[in-house]
Amino acid sequence: MAIASSDNAIRSNKVARTFIYLFLLLFALFYLMPLGIMLVNSLKPLSEITAGGMIAMPNEWTIEPWLSAWSTAQIGVQPTGLRPYFINSIAMAVPAVAISTVAGALNGYVLTKWHFRGATWVFGLLLFSCFIPFQIVLIPMARILGLLEIAGTTYGLILVHVVYGIGFSTLYFRNYYAAFPTELVRAAQIDGAGFFQIFWRIMLPSSGPIIAVCCIWQFTNIWNDFLFGASFASGDAAPMTVALNNLVNSSTGERPYNVHFAGAIMAAAPTLLVYIVAGRYFVRGLMAGSVKG
Amino acid sequence: MAATDPMLDSGADFRTRLQNWLPKIVLAPSFAVMVIFVYGFIAFTIYLSFTDSRMLPSYDLVGWQNYERLFRVRQWDTALVNLGIFAGLYIVISTIIGLLLAIFLDQKIRGEGFLRPIFLYPMALSFIVTGTAWKWILDPAIGLEVTMQRWGWESFQFDWIKDSEMAIYTIVIAAVWQSSGFVMAMFLAGLRGIDNEILKAAQMDGASNFQMYRRIILPQLRPAFLSAFVILSHLAIKSYDLVVAMTDGGPGTSTWLPALFMYEYTFTRNQMGIGASSAVIMLMTIAAIMVPYLYAELREQK
Repeated sequence: MAIASSDNAIRSNKVARTFIYLFLLLFALFYLMPLGIMLVNSLKPLSEITAGGMIAMPNEWTIEPWLSAWSTAQIGVQPTGLRPYFINSIAMAVPAVAISTVAGALNGYVLTKWHFRGATWVFGLLLFSCFIPFQIVLIPMARILGLLEIAGTTYGLILVHVVYGIGFSTLYFRNYYAAFPTELVRAAQIDGAGFFQIFWRIMLPSSGPIIAVCCIWQFTNIWNDFLFGASFASGDAAPMTVALNNLVNSSTGERPYNVHFAGAIMAAAPTLLVYIVAGRYFVRGLMAGSVKG
Repeated sequence: MAATDPMLDSGADFRTRLQNWLPKIVLAPSFAVMVIFVYGFIAFTIYLSFTDSRMLPSYDLVGWQNYERLFRVRQWDTALVNLGIFAGLYIVISTIIGLLLAIFLDQKIRGEGFLRPIFLYPMALSFIVTGTAWKWILDPAIGLEVTMQRWGWESFQFDWIKDSEMAIYTIVIAAVWQSSGFVMAMFLAGLRGIDNEILKAAQMDGASNFQMYRRIILPQLRPAFLSAFVILSHLAIKSYDLVVAMTDGGPGTSTWLPALFMYEYTFTRNQMGIGASSAVIMLMTIAAIMVPYLYAELREQK
């Protein structure tokens, strides 16, 4: 991860170090426990959960709950499993991430290298828009999506996520490009390079890390969104989080806990995978979105 | 801009002019989107909060009536009290855990690169996933309580999630689980930024570890404390998904938060005017915290 290890001047004795290790390991267990419980119980027959409690290894291993969660479980009224909703979420997240990242890159480029009067104001307004409680836009958004006739569709959700993702993507690129030497841009300008040429030939080739940070952040946020999904796309176009919530909170009769856990892991899998593969960039994104607002 | 005759404009001139306007043209769509979808929508919702809108928006103004009614509704009272309990505990506990983990991780720990990602991964999960996990773990019928009892501790009881007095505290547990690792990362970055020379000097002067932390290190972490507070409080005010997944506001309405109240009143109970006014209060609360913070950050950058 980005944080470099430093030479620490703190001394400590053996007892203290043992205590520190114990404390850290205890918390590692605390953080891993829910994921572990979900995993173990998603591989058990239901009878073992209801009879034997949760915290035990399965006597009989089964992938039945996974198959059920994926393709036959009752979501709302239909026994479709989570599969179609997983696809919905991908169809929503991929274009929304791509569009908001491209827009953010261009905005960041303009705001840092083509300074104009009021640029700071524009940025300040964009910045604040990252932190608004989305309840404040739900009512008018529902109206607009209705007027555009994309209420309850994946297109509607793409629009919503692009609109409210631009703030953060602009923030990332602006802060990154602010540290990029402006002399290079000016030199290229004198050589006769145009606006897009400079962006394409000079800015983009060195933007790899921030593109990764931005895509990962946007993907995680959009995939994990629940409020917009629940407000604007319940039913067939619902994203994965909404479908999971329906699965868990609407089952009647005996609750198939093992299927719930399998479904929860499916909903967590894409962002978890991204975290495992590119955790470094995820952390950078988190920090850039907070410490340096 | 004054109108120009394109026939008199040479090609090069046009190109220069275009180049001058291009940055603004490129920024314009995002700017327009922001003005309409963020600030226009905020203005619209504020307007609605002064109208008698019920199921559909209405444009008949009724003054402060919605706000007066809002503060007389029992569920709003519940939501505010819950927010106070939730935000207070969530911020304090996450900060303490995050700070301790960061300080301990900063002691040249073997396996730091292994532990840090474990502390932080919950932040990558959806609150619905977190909620589902904790909902069943804390469920007395199948989770912690019954497991402890089967293991022989027969008097063990932990049924907070079914208890309308205590359910809000179970939300705190899950929320702390999700974001304390993030706070750890913020403090760790702060700790790594402290100049070691100062610490070595203090050490030579005979300062104890405890004194060094109290006198030198913690005061230098002030920006990290501030960031943690701002981020956690804004997350707390926006909290919605986690409650929906864990308790759906229940038992009864005992775990309602302002975000749930807004959704329920606007879309389920057809009280759009009151719903809008609750959204405005949420926005104002967040603005009161975020605007000074962002303003200071922006000025600092210049």
